[in-house]
Amino acid sequence: MNDRVLRVQDLAVYFKMREGGLLRPKTHTLRAVNGVSFDLNAGETLGIVGESGCGKSTLARALLALIKPDRGRVLWLGEDLNKLDEEALRKKRQDLQIVFQDPLAALNPRMTVRDIIAEPLWTFFPKIARVQVDERVRGVMKMVGLLPNQINRYPHEFSGGQCQRIGIARALVLNPKLVICDEPVSALDVSIQAQIVNLLKDLQKKLNLSLVFIAHDLSVVKHISDRVMVMYLGRTMELSSRDNLYKRPLHPYTNALIKAVPVPDPKLARAEIDIGLTGDMPSPLDPPAGCVFHSRCPYLIKRCQLEVPPLRRMENGDWVACHRAEELDLTIKASGKSG
Amino acid sequence: MKPLLEVKDLDVGFETPDGRVHAVNHLNFSIKPGETMALVGESGSGKTQTAMAIMGLLAENGHYSGQAIFKGKDLLQMNTTELNQHRGNEIAMIFQDPMTSLNPYLRIEKQMIEVVMYHQGLNKTEAKAQAIEMLRAVRVPDPERNIRLYPHEFSGGMRQRVMVAMGLLCEPDLLIADEPTAALDVTVQSQITHLMSALRQESNTAIMLITHDLGVVAGLCDRVLVMYAGEAVECGSVEQIYYDPRHPYTQGLLKSVPRLDRPEDDSLEAIPGNPPNLLNLPKGCKFRDRCPQAFESCKEKPPMQLTEDRHAYRCFLGESE
Repeated sequence: MNDRVLRVQDLAVYFKMREGGLLRPKTHTLRAVNGVSFDLNAGETLGIVGESGCGKSTLARALLALIKPDRGRVLWLGEDLNKLDEEALRKKRQDLQIVFQDPLAALNPRMTVRDIIAEPLWTFFPKIARVQVDERVRGVMKMVGLLPNQINRYPHEFSGGQCQRIGIARALVLNPKLVICDEPVSALDVSIQAQIVNLLKDLQKKLNLSLVFIAHDLSVVKHISDRVMVMYLGRTMELSSRDNLYKRPLHPYTNALIKAVPVPDPKLARAEIDIGLTGDMPSPLDPPAGCVFHSRCPYLIKRCQLEVPPLRRMENGDWVACHRAEELDLTIKASGKSG
Repeated sequence: MKPLLEVKDLDVGFETPDGRVHAVNHLNFSIKPGETMALVGESGSGKTQTAMAIMGLLAENGHYSGQAIFKGKDLLQMNTTELNQHRGNEIAMIFQDPMTSLNPYLRIEKQMIEVVMYHQGLNKTEAKAQAIEMLRAVRVPDPERNIRLYPHEFSGGMRQRVMVAMGLLCEPDLLIADEPTAALDVTVQSQITHLMSALRQESNTAIMLITHDLGVVAGLCDRVLVMYAGEAVECGSVEQIYYDPRHPYTQGLLKSVPRLDRPEDDSLEAIPGNPPNLLNLPKGCKFRDRCPQAFESCKEKPPMQLTEDRHAYRCFLGESE
């Protein structure tokens, strides 16, 4: 496809961890991201889902070249971000923006909304006129559903959802092409989550943004993603189109994540007990051999303990890393429209 | 049956430099022995402060009035010494974040046996045996060994299990759980929810579950109280709330929960606007500004309506003539 903007190839980020005495420290390697590949098109939304410790936030930082990968490449419009010199990379960052998880912590409490949103403008265009800045700031504020007359207020005067709108406005003020949203709604109330997800969806359509939307569960991602990638212990388990993934997940872990989301219906919620997942997530410092998911998988066979399943393409174009993807039928049975 | 806990006309406010914050306003509810009740609402709806007032844990600048009758005695009238007879013993509380509510310097063992020794007068060995039993009940693997660990050596889910075990140690009549799964991953959340549901059937402990997520409530609770801006707006059985919600706020909350059990369903409806400022609450119906069905009468405060099958809601809509 020609409108591909981002290409990630075999990306790996390792952290060296020291442990033990001063004289003979042991070093462990934490493989936070281990061989992740995907493409992203202009105007497309990719959801990235996984539980704590799966490497999704590290991946986000690697995508923006905020950390150097130990292996693999991040190609933005064909250029390897990690090969650019500092100045060239800085220029590229105009196109690449991020929205953080905790809206209050991501905003400087001593700055007004104007200064927060305008900061990227001043950084990239130091000579810009103040009037122009104000005009642009008010424009973005309106776009994200804030009142332009709130421009002189401070973050603490806003609710969590509104603070997240400020964070989004700051990310959009430079007209980026790609916005990475690192758990943008997980700190918000359910009713406000829906507002922010719908806002991002609208903005994406209007501005033809490419979005990477990171979340720790599959529920919010469903409504915004074109494709969804599921990660576990630094590896991609599944990368499928949205409709396929929620109807018939290919990987047992995806299946467990779907079933773990509580159903707001008393009769159904009481019936469903087994999410098909055993035990706890193993330490990322010491992941299981073979398939990293095998220690919790209900469909485990001998082969899973010995061989790492490669991420492979299925007939319908979706990707999965599971030896048994063809034989397992994990179709999600739709519950009726009760209530 | 006589209620285990009866909260009458509870008001909670805080003095701040900007004025008085009205966190809870004229709240009434009751919990029967063995019943599981959910307190549902957004941040700032007063659900946590209700629990804090009951437990005598309000911040220094907090004021309260009203009654919280627990087994015939008013908890709000008790001094600390009297409260300590009940807290941790007959009423226990689980907090949202298991990392910050366990003492990082002490082994789980020490933190667990402390409460049994204080309330039940057991010696160390007996208390430890009881603690190990309780850890086993909440499915902590190898409890004899794991009780010697420090909180940081547990995973988030295991830590929350330890919290649940501590809460249940003295077999309380009432367990208050404040967002017990909000800090956890979904698969762990589902494990803890199922654990609480199983424990509920095994013991006769009443649970007051505080949450903003109607998804968690459905599988666990008998009754639901929905709060908005410090007031009760709807109260009924779990079936009434989910299948026949009367208040527009409850209806909005239900629509904003994403559903994965219906792969075809692609709608995600948000409640517009933001919760009101508790420093300056609107007169009349507090949900008016965000309500899609608001009309002229909503400028007055709507009365609590009660249907024949004890389903209560605070709204002018569907008013019985």
